[in-house]
Amino acid sequence: MAPRAAARLETLGFGQVHEYRGGKLDWMAAGLPTEGENSLHPRAGDAARKDVPICSLTDRLGDVRDRVKAAGWDAALAVDGEGVVLGLLRSKELAKDPDLRIEQAMRPGPSTFRPYVSLHEMAHFMEEHDLESSPVTTSDGKLVGLLYRADAVRLGMPPK
Amino acid sequence: MSSPIGRDQLQKLVAQGAQLLEVLPADEYREDHLPGARSIPLSQIDRESAAALDANRAVIVYCWDTA
Repeated sequence: MAPRAAARLETLGFGQVHEYRGGKLDWMAAGLPTEGENSLHPRAGDAARKDVPICSLTDRLGDVRDRVKAAGWDAALAVDGEGVVLGLLRSKELAKDPDLRIEQAMRPGPSTFRPYVSLHEMAHFMEEHDLESSPVTTSDGKLVGLLYRADAVRLGMPPK
Repeated sequence: MSSPIGRDQLQKLVAQGAQLLEVLPADEYREDHLPGARSIPLSQIDRESAAALDANRAVIVYCWDTA
């Protein structure tokens, strides 16, 4: 659609026309702000906790667990140098042998959600699938934050 | 000939004064659009509607994704 619109504009005398190939999907998946009716409703990226502890694949589990607990968390995410999510550690994974490397202890390739998904939708999905938390990432896999079901329910399913 | 650009280039061009144009149907624009974008659905682009744009400045058109 955009290439045809660009071509049409050129026939109307516009000399500098560009096509944003990624479109609105790419923009929203990157967690960037939008305007419009939907922007008034909270989304996964708004409620995801951005200060979730992160670690690398080669970290020692015991060290990460101590750091996570000291920060008052019960989960951490394993990321690469670019912030791409590689694994998730919830309470169960954090309770494993402390001498394991994160790579050996984590849940690899966790399901992730895009920041533009409505919290209402997230709350229903997380309840249906009994997810206590879910990573929120951009379309290129970079961490935005960790969304807790309690936050999604509180903000996405207000009491009637 | 128009040129394809990515998100970073879009942000640079907008900072330099480029105009954003969403060409999806108007109801999709109402729900969500990029900040500052105008709406002219593809089927309504003609000389009259395009007069709302400045032909001397860059225009960036977009839809939902690559299609």
